[in-house]
Amino acid sequence: MAVLERHLTLYKRLWRASLFSSFLLPLLFLVSIGLGVGGYVGTVEGVPYVEWIVPGVLASTAFQMAVGECTYSVLGEFKWTRGAHAMFATRVSAWDMVRGWMLYIVFRVEVAAVVFLAVVAAFGVLASPWAVVTLLVVGLLAVACAAPVSAFSASIDHDSYFALLFRFVMIPSTLFAGVFFPVEQLPELVRPLAYASPLWHGVELCRAATLGVAPPWPAWVHLGYLLAFAVAGLWWAAFSFRKRLQD
Amino acid sequence: MVTLMVARQVSVGRVGAVVGRNLGALRSGASYWLVLVSGFFEPLLYLLSIGVGVGALVGRIPLGDGRVVSYAVFVAPAMLAASAMNGALAETTFNFFFKMKYAKTFEAILATPVRPIEVALGELTWAMVRSSFYTAAFLLVMAVMGLAEPWWALAAFPATMLVGVAFGAAGMAVSTFLRGWQDFDLMTAAQFSLFLFSGTFAPVGGYPPVLAVVVQVTPLYHAVELVRGLALGRVEWALAGHALYLAALAALGLWVASRRIQRVLCS
Repeated sequence: MAVLERHLTLYKRLWRASLFSSFLLPLLFLVSIGLGVGGYVGTVEGVPYVEWIVPGVLASTAFQMAVGECTYSVLGEFKWTRGAHAMFATRVSAWDMVRGWMLYIVFRVEVAAVVFLAVVAAFGVLASPWAVVTLLVVGLLAVACAAPVSAFSASIDHDSYFALLFRFVMIPSTLFAGVFFPVEQLPELVRPLAYASPLWHGVELCRAATLGVAPPWPAWVHLGYLLAFAVAGLWWAAFSFRKRLQD
Repeated sequence: MVTLMVARQVSVGRVGAVVGRNLGALRSGASYWLVLVSGFFEPLLYLLSIGVGVGALVGRIPLGDGRVVSYAVFVAPAMLAASAMNGALAETTFNFFFKMKYAKTFEAILATPVRPIEVALGELTWAMVRSSFYTAAFLLVMAVMGLAEPWWALAAFPATMLVGVAFGAAGMAVSTFLRGWQDFDLMTAAQFSLFLFSGTFAPVGGYPPVLAVVVQVTPLYHAVELVRGLALGRVEWALAGHALYLAALAALGLWVASRRIQRVLCS
């Protein structure tokens, strides 16, 4: 809890810079692709294109925040500001740091998700009251992605790996995990890559919720996959935080 | 007049030395190379996802001159223009700012006979080289995927160089005003908004009139129109207007940047 409080205090000073990426960007995306391109698309799987991509943009925003927030900030805590070492010198353990950090990420994601949902609801693009369930989904998705990325950030020594993480993991996931078009359109060979991405499971769960339909796979499979990802990620994060703190 | 003044101050050799320094810095390590090379994949991924994936949903799209093309053909030139912009900006914003503020590279350079305008020209040339690598590779992909006739792809290449110069110069001018890394959020915000709304993903004609006017004032719109016109073999007078806009932006950016380097570092 003390760790969460520390991050929130820091965030109080930095929140303005994140306004764009967490609130404005998803809406701009929605206007540009959803309305702009949507005007030419018509309907997908029986619903207007805007309604179809709203849950995708919601989930991918959570995903991008989770990944983005856990790169420079995490490496920085160990390498540049050595804030993690300072915490470790008090009675905070590595596992406490991981938990506090995850709570902070979930807080950020939930705030962004609530604002986003409120705006799209005001425009009447939510088809089902089940849409509130997406708040739980994006929280789980955020942990499933934030935990392994934090672990990765804590175990590398140079920040140029992040450019590669963004270009070869984050952007391809965003573009090909069913956010903008159904993954069934992908060639059969690469489709398993989309299925392997936690984002795809998050997107499909959110889509099922906002449209009020059943997800493509049983809901418990999607949830189980995200949960497994989160647990493994947390374990790895605690491990690599602990290891890093010994240097 | 301005050209004359510039010509009197500038030596090609000294500008070349600034470019050469950047070239030498490439030897600093494999990680920089990886970042450089991976920059090419970004527009390609967008092309595959939005162009081909969403394109399958869109079907065909009207060009405005009576022709109707597949969505991928429509989007590809826009991704190309955006790639030229991003390549040039990556060099003249993040790298330029670092060299100006933290590495003190320019202070070192200016201690030699090199002048501020030559620093600006050298950095700009380097930015253009970087963006040209991206666009050349991308044009090749477009030709191979059948998204542009090879000859028109060749014709579009100089246009992408102009786009690189214009955005490189503008980015450099902006960088001299940035106070710290936090300001980069604003810059990337602006860059991304341009990317989303400059007639890249949907024709500007479909926008609400007010938004359409705003878009037509911003630079990436002109870059996209110019590159798209050439890549699709649609030559008309409007292209000259777009090119002129970009050239003016380049000149203005260069002028402001060299003035600012002079003011900040030489006084």
